[in-house]
Parts: sequence; C-alpha cells; structure tokens
Amino acid sequence: MSTFDSFKSLSRALFLGFRRDRGALFFTVLFPLLFLVIFGGVFGKQTTGKVDVVEVGAVPVLDRALQHDPSGELGRTVKVKHDDLAGALKKVQKGDADAAVEQSGGRLVVHYSGADRVKSGVVQSVVQQVANAANVAESGRPPTYTVASQRVEDKSIKGINFFTPSLLGWALASAGMFGASQTLVLWRTKGLLRRLRLAPVPIPTVFGARVVVSLGIALGQLAVFLLVAQLPFFGLKLQHAWWMSIPLVVCGVLTFLSLGMVVGAWAKTQETAQTVTQLIVLPMAFLGGSFFPLDYAPKWMQAVSYVFPLRYLNEGMLNVMARGQGPMSALPQMGILLGIAVVAAAVAARLFRWDAT
Amino acid sequence: MKNTISVRGLRKRYGDVQAVDGVSFEVPEGEFFGILGPNGAGKTTTLEIVEGLREADEGRVELLGLEPWPRNAKLLPRIGVQLQATSFFERLTAREQLRTFGSLYGVSARKADEMLETVGLAEKADVRVEMLSGGQAQRLSIACALVHDPELVFLDEPTAALDPQARRNLWDVLRAINTGGRTIVLTTHYMDEAELLCDRVAIMDRGRILKLGPPAALVRGLDAPTRISVASGVLAAEDARGLAGVDEVSDDGVSLVVETRDPSSVVAALSAKDALDGVQIRGATLEDVFLDLTGREYRA
Repeated sequence: MSTFDSFKSLSRALFLGFRRDRGALFFTVLFPLLFLVIFGGVFGKQTTGKVDVVEVGAVPVLDRALQHDPSGELGRTVKVKHDDLAGALKKVQKGDADAAVEQSGGRLVVHYSGADRVKSGVVQSVVQQVANAANVAESGRPPTYTVASQRVEDKSIKGINFFTPSLLGWALASAGMFGASQTLVLWRTKGLLRRLRLAPVPIPTVFGARVVVSLGIALGQLAVFLLVAQLPFFGLKLQHAWWMSIPLVVCGVLTFLSLGMVVGAWAKTQETAQTVTQLIVLPMAFLGGSFFPLDYAPKWMQAVSYVFPLRYLNEGMLNVMARGQGPMSALPQMGILLGIAVVAAAVAARLFRWDAT
Repeated sequence: MKNTISVRGLRKRYGDVQAVDGVSFEVPEGEFFGILGPNGAGKTTTLEIVEGLREADEGRVELLGLEPWPRNAKLLPRIGVQLQATSFFERLTAREQLRTFGSLYGVSARKADEMLETVGLAEKADVRVEMLSGGQAQRLSIACALVHDPELVFLDEPTAALDPQARRNLWDVLRAINTGGRTIVLTTHYMDEAELLCDRVAIMDRGRILKLGPPAALVRGLDAPTRISVASGVLAAEDARGLAGVDEVSDDGVSLVVETRDPSSVVAALSAKDALDGVQIRGATLEDVFLDLTGREYRA
C-alpha cells in the first residue's frame, strides 16, 4: 500500500464521519437550502402585483379605457372593485385597496394612501394616462407626442438570480470555516493529532484528505443549490459561463478552510473556536453581500465589504451565474481568494500546535 | 540481549518545573517494563520524549537503534503507541476505525479485522466508537497501537478508569501481546497491575527514577514485616506476643494480627497451637515500596 492508499482510506473515513453527523449535514446543506427556499420564495418573483382600485359610483372614463384596451396593458395593471365613498376610503386606509377613484362630470378624484408609495404612484400615473388618452380621443386629433418605453437591463440583480450564488457563498463559508476549525481543535484535544504524528503517513496526506473531503462536500452543496433553484417554482436561469462557478467554489473552499485552520490553530477549546468562527462568518455573510445585494447598500458598506473574502466569491459567482459575464471574468476573484488562502494557511502553520498542553 | 530502548541522562524543564531530571534506563528486547509514579512525577513527559512526541532539553534516546526526535519515519512503523481511549476519528465503527489506522501503516483490511478479533472486539465491529464502553474503547485503542505488528509498544495508563472485570480482561490481552515477543512499556499507577504484568518497574517521583528492578526484588528489598492474621479468639494476644520472632500483635475483635519478619517459624508455632482458623498471610506489596519511596502525604 502506498501513501495514495492511505490518502484514499483517510478521505473515506473523514467523509463517513461527515455523512453520519446529522448536525453538520443540517447546517451545511439543509439550513442554507431553507434560506434559499424562503428568500427565493419571498423575493424571487419580480413582477409587481396589480393595483387595486375602488370605483366610487360609476367612473365611465376608466371603464371605457378598460374596455378599449388593445394591448391589455391596463387590464394587467389595474383591478377594479366597487364601493360607496365611505367603504372605499376605509379600504384604502386599511390597505385592502390602493386607491379610490370617483368621477363627477369631467373631474376625476383619486384618493390614495402614502403607505405604499410605489403603488399609489402607479395608480396616479395610470389615472393620469387614462384621462390624457380620453382627452386626446375627445379632441379627435392624433396625439402629437407619443412615448415608447424601453427597459435597459441594469447591473443590479434581484430575486433568485441573486440569492442562489450569494446564499451558496454563505453556506460554503460557514461549512468551510466551521469544518476546519472544529476538526483541528477536536483532533488536538482528543489527542488524535499526536496519534497521527506517530504514524508513518506524511502529515500533508492527512490534511490533504481533509481538504478533499471538504471540496467534495462543497461541490455537492453547489449541485443541490443549482438543482433546487432551477425548479420552476424558483425559476433560476443560468447564464452561459455558469460552470466557472465550479473553480470559484474550489478557490472559495480553500480560502475558508485556511481561515478556519487559523481559528482552529489558535483556539484552545471547541467552544472558543465555535464562537470565534460564528463571529467571523455572520458579519461576513451580511457585509459580504450574502443576504442582500450590496448594489443598494451605502458606499461605506460597499467599501467595507471588500475586507471579506466572501465578497469576492459572491461577486465572482454573480458575474458568471447571473450577470452573464464570460468565463474570464471570474479570474480576478479566484486570484484574490487563492491569495488569501495562501496567507491564511501560512498563519495557521505558524500557530499550529500538535497537542493541547 | 540487545536493548530495545536506551535512555541516558534525560532532562526536560517547563518554566520553573523540572519535569524530568536526569532519567536513564534500558529495556531489553521482549521485556514488559513499567513506569510507576504519582501524578506529576514526570512519567508521562518521560514517555513522550521516548516516543518522539517531545524534544528533550538534554540526554539521549535510542529506540531499536534509532533516534525518535525529530520525527523519524523509519522508526514509526516499528513502534506502536496507545494514547488516550478518545483518540479516534469521529463517528466511525470499531472496524472502520481500525482499518483506517491500519491504512496509515499500509496494513490490509483483513489484517486489521484480525486484530479486532485479538482484542476481543469482533462482536462490536459495527458499533460506533462513541457507543463503546470504557473497556471496549481502551481495547480498541490498544488494537490501533498494535495493528501494524510493532516490535515495541507504549501504553499510557491503559486501565485507568476501568472496572475490575475490564481491567482483568485487558491484562490478559496485554500478557498475550508480550508473550508474542514484543517489548512493552507501560505507565500506570495501579501497583497490583505493575506487580502482575511487569518484568521490571521503575518508580519515579519528582522527575527522577527512585528505584528500578523486578517487582519481587523491590518488595524484598523493602524488608517490611509480613502480616499474619487469624480469627479473633483462637489465641490470646498475650500468648501470641510470647511466640518467637513476633514483632507486634494487635486484636481488633475480628482478627488477631501478628507482624513478623520470620513468617515461617510464626506459622509453625501457630500451627502447633492449632490456632490457624481463618489464617491470612500478607507480605509487603509493590504498593508498600511505592509509598515508602514517595511518601504518604496526599498530592493533587
């Protein structure tokens, strides 16, 4: 048997240890998936719902516009109910309707609430447009000016396209860091490190096996995330260079394992390691852009985010999975991640101790 | 006979504490060697230096003609070390555990399974290590130390925290290993264990070896009285005091105890008086030697 056989057998043992650890399975696979389901379900759909408009009495202008609606645009935007003035206003107040509209002769009155500015804005502009169109029709002349809107795809990504890569980033960071720090402290306090030191197998083989198992688990997490997010309910559409997420994940895992090793080499007890790891992972997940898009964050937060390695992993994955950038776009992020991994590994090696005393 | 272990002038200091203070000993091939001492006597540090886990400040160690420090990959396959019973990979069964350790030494799965048989754990092969009892875990950790068939085995307090059955059971395993021709070094603070298993013992305290020799020789060298007790009432204390060779007599109402350095004539005299009801003869033990050397005051 060779070193490679030892390596295989160690990897197998470590993987079995992981697979039988229900807690680890939950926190590395199920828990992030739960977040994906919740976030993806709540924020996933980008279409705004219809605005509810209550007609007080008859509003012929609006009714006519809805009947002569060749593009169907108005019908998709507005849903009409009927009530008397008091009932309509109550509905608006309670948020059951977005606006109440009444017409007396040539005058249209829109009652709206300021609670939902987007919807009240939509209602006002819709009624305005309806009135304008009616005026134009009344005059019998074609409109001099027409407006054609065209949407420009912006850089900001919303919904499932954002949450799939960034929640995965958080899942990888937490699995990598907890895995490495806990394993190292546990092996040291239990005396397993000493025992391994007294076996003729080269020490890099032992650590190599641990890294390979972590990489395998991470690629499994990636596969599960991609499969779930592409279900019709979530509707993730992968961009052409999505496969670059595989090398990105590898680089990310190496980085987080190294960081976890720093914590594990430094911490004396499992409790310390756990607390310190959580203190790093959670702020990193928030400020590194795993739970909300940093495009809308204040400038200082965007600046701070570049301190965290997770930011580079998230950005790289967003670029290739959601923004449709080419495979080469991920290289800078991969380089930065590997750089951090090397530095952290060197620090961990300096802090490394074989035994607890 | 060549020496398997040769230790000369070992010293190790931790801060203000001189943990090991000039330890020298030799262990010939095939010997069962014990290191005894109270907590903090320096036996664990000595063992760790000998195994190659720590570097000595001073002194020289050779195992099988090789130096254990720095980490010597040529030596490692030839020695087996049993550390605490918890030094396992998590959530593996006994069989998987032993196979994994075996694979580190290039030992086949079949040979690893045989070792499970040797330590009597074949029935527990599919039980996870966390579910094993204390004695079973100890046996598994010994199996992990033996799986690659080493010439020299180190056992650090293998029977600590075991119940009497498990200890006896483990002694049988250890004796079988030694009979196979291996050299064994054992630390313990159970005197009966050392007396029963070891060919020679070294008694350590405060970083030094105080006495070294076969347990029986150490006990004889102590010149402690033998205590002969018979049931109370078969003989008056006065009469017992009159017997030749008697040093001391006491009677607590249950037993009459006679201390003597000439047990054969005292027993003969008691026999002549037909006063041997419930007789028990107790010589000094290694424990007496140990307490004589290290003192009786309590040390944490």
